[in-house]
Amino acid sequence: MDGSIAGTRPRAGKARRKAAEPVRQRLVFPFTAIVGQEELRLSLSLCAVDPSIGGVLALGDRGTGKSTAIRALAALLPPMRAIQGCAYNCEPGKPTPGCEACARRAPKAVSVPVPVVDLPLGASEDRVVGALDLEKALAQGQKAFEPGLLARAHRGFLYIDEVNLLEDHLVDLLLDVAASGENVVERDGLSIRHPARFVLVGSGNPEEGELRPQLLDRFGLSIEVTTPSDLPTRIEVIKRRDAFERDPAGFCALWQPEEEALRARILAARDLLPRVVLPDDVLEMAAKLCMTAGTDGLRGELTLMRTARGLAAFEGATEVSLDHLRRLAPMALRHRLRRSPLDDAVATTRVARAVQEVFGP
Amino acid sequence: MTEAARAPSPGEDAAMAACLLAVDPAGLGGAVLRCRPGLERDRWLANLRALLPGDMPQRRLPPGIGDDALLGGLDLTATLARGRPVQSLGLLEATRAGVLIMPMAERLSRATAARLTAGQEAHGYAMVALDEGLEDEAPPPALTDRLAFLPDLSQAPAANPFSPSQVAAARERMPRVAADDALIEAILATAMACGITSLRAPALALRAARASAALHGRAAPDASDAQLAVRLVLGPRATMLPAPPEEAPPPDQPPEPPPENESKAEPRNSDAMEDVVLDAKHAVLPAQLLATLAAAGLRARTPTAGKQGAERISLKRGRPIGTRPGEPRNGARIALLETLRAAVPWQKLRPRPPHAAIAVRREDFRIKRFREHSESTAIFVVDASGSAALHRLAEAKGAVELLLAECYSRRDRVAVIAFRGKAAELLLPPTQSLVRAKRALAGLPGGGASPLASGMDAALALARLERRAGRTPLIVVLTDGRANMARDGRTGRPVAEEDALAVAKLLQAEAHSILVVDTAPRPQPFSATLAAACGGRCLPLPQAGAHALAGAVRIGMAA
Repeated sequence: MDGSIAGTRPRAGKARRKAAEPVRQRLVFPFTAIVGQEELRLSLSLCAVDPSIGGVLALGDRGTGKSTAIRALAALLPPMRAIQGCAYNCEPGKPTPGCEACARRAPKAVSVPVPVVDLPLGASEDRVVGALDLEKALAQGQKAFEPGLLARAHRGFLYIDEVNLLEDHLVDLLLDVAASGENVVERDGLSIRHPARFVLVGSGNPEEGELRPQLLDRFGLSIEVTTPSDLPTRIEVIKRRDAFERDPAGFCALWQPEEEALRARILAARDLLPRVVLPDDVLEMAAKLCMTAGTDGLRGELTLMRTARGLAAFEGATEVSLDHLRRLAPMALRHRLRRSPLDDAVATTRVARAVQEVFGP
Repeated sequence: MTEAARAPSPGEDAAMAACLLAVDPAGLGGAVLRCRPGLERDRWLANLRALLPGDMPQRRLPPGIGDDALLGGLDLTATLARGRPVQSLGLLEATRAGVLIMPMAERLSRATAARLTAGQEAHGYAMVALDEGLEDEAPPPALTDRLAFLPDLSQAPAANPFSPSQVAAARERMPRVAADDALIEAILATAMACGITSLRAPALALRAARASAALHGRAAPDASDAQLAVRLVLGPRATMLPAPPEEAPPPDQPPEPPPENESKAEPRNSDAMEDVVLDAKHAVLPAQLLATLAAAGLRARTPTAGKQGAERISLKRGRPIGTRPGEPRNGARIALLETLRAAVPWQKLRPRPPHAAIAVRREDFRIKRFREHSESTAIFVVDASGSAALHRLAEAKGAVELLLAECYSRRDRVAVIAFRGKAAELLLPPTQSLVRAKRALAGLPGGGASPLASGMDAALALARLERRAGRTPLIVVLTDGRANMARDGRTGRPVAEEDALAVAKLLQAEAHSILVVDTAPRPQPFSATLAAACGGRCLPLPQAGAHALAGAVRIGMAA
């Protein structure tokens, strides 16, 4: 997996990176074999159906398999078409201006795995947005741009573990890029802009620090992950983990049918998505729900509706129902409630209250 | 252990941990050696080294290592000399499938820890954290979570019970050792009984059991392997004692009680009956007026310690503020244009390098400088004594919560020390988390005497710790100025005041920023004396509310 090393070796020479790829095709734990964590799996699947939902924020305990889930999902998704050698993962036919690989005559399209890029804590700005290519500048005196993690994450996933501990200046940067879908670099005498649309997946433990409200709001969905506390589930988690570790290939083969079924389901949902209808009464209910819960701005409604369409498509329905809305409300709204430091009620409870009020018991 | 057989000594267990780690270094993650440097630690490391294959890379992590050295990258000097890009191998990659020794692990930053764990996933090495921390200092939990063993090195580890060839054979056998379901269930049940919620610990214990089985030449781990794994991996992590008979199922013996009980999450004993538990509340009094008053007072003071740490020049991150000559190492970033600009005037004099267009020398290097906002920690020392409780405790709680609410954006921390009765207590260790703060404050009881000196002692200790961690402490003492208990428990106002003043002198000597907030209905002269003795300011808040107090502290932190 290229993704797992993304954060640790962003500056590796290009030749080396290529050489390392075949070896890196390490097997990852199958997505469908993850025990429990329904919210996490559903939210990630919905983002795969419709990347414009705006990413997932997973808050909760350490060691609950958050990063396993995200890597597993990326491995499950069908490979995407991209221009060979393109540092921005450009889609064939939609070149990035200034991209050398795409500007070549008759660029070759190849299949590449959906990228998962890790953004490590304490990463320098250079590494994230990209910087002047030192190798070229020093050796050949050329002014070239070395793309950063944002470019690598384009059309894929950007995963930030411990997002709540991320430094402010990086948070600002991410906010801007996540909102505009474009990375603008004005530094070292460079002036570059390139597309950077990715599904932002963040995780963290709220006990170690809070996330800035502005960044919180940027995530489409927010879920709470906890370590399973009942013994049978815990045993199942460890058993599967152990089976996978001892024989990765065999374990993956065992889950292959399930993986393929989910992949087919996601692809079918993507096809169906444009045809999913959103009835007016559902729309009205969504607005009512957001007002009752007291969310800030209109982003709550937008995400709620977008996600509801995704869920309908994921379940093969052509029309969004009130039930879809009801099930998604906690995920889509709980991180958007106006925060009062003196209100003790957990956000989830407040959303549940609003749902009760609007939909009735 | 209640078993009839002789219980293994800590030394034997520690030696066993080294053996198991040598069987499966990457899978077991590594070990945390929490002890002072000395014979015990050296012995353990020597044991481990003797069992590892000779060709396995073993590296030491230099404290404060920069990203370039950690992750590798362009080797500037070699690149310049040869005129073509020369890559250097990062330490993490160089340790691939080996062992990384990390001295002074308690000083590792979370950022470095994040890289180390990501590197472990990618390169499969084991980490041995040498933790020399005192009391609260400890390596980042995200790191220790992934290391299986925390051997007790209070005595020297025994000699290796297995030979290198036996370990090598076990390493080879390990992938074929499979545990049956009953054993997995037993390990998980034991973990739950010990109050271990994370699933990483039982997963590591299972792996340790398999390694032990491989070492003993068994195809599947049996009860003795499970027992060993539970003792070595789960024992030191236990937060509570397993209930003896029914709940901890066979085949395990309940592990021994952990040496130090680290149950921080235990609910505070709230049995004191006549304690007044006050809710945080807003006060609606003249907030504006007091905030402006406080602002004027605080700004007048020359901002010394508070300011120094609040912003500092950094070579690594922050907002860019220009360049200076210097070498781009240890994380300092090269300012390329300035470097080239510095090299250009000399081009005619310098021989042209073979492949490069421009001859750059060491002395041309310019590096970037940044202004970094460092974190501050507001340490509230709250008088929770009987005299203060009634009118001020609620405001203090409210102020802490309000300040915390603003901490998201500023990345500041808040800590609360309460003093009442006989001693001071660290109610809330430095945190940015609203969740924890609320929990800690909710149970803050009031009542009893006023051991002001003890409270300030605790604040001084915490301030020192915070400063060592690179943060700027600001101490806010909320008291009604009626100290009546000395550090040694003697009662009476004169001794208590004398003690408090002695601590104040220490605080001044170390140049900590201090704000004494007099919460008495009528300002007390002693508060002013105390503030003067510690070189801080006194802020009489006869009618202060939570908002006013938060405002005053905010200004203090920004000043």
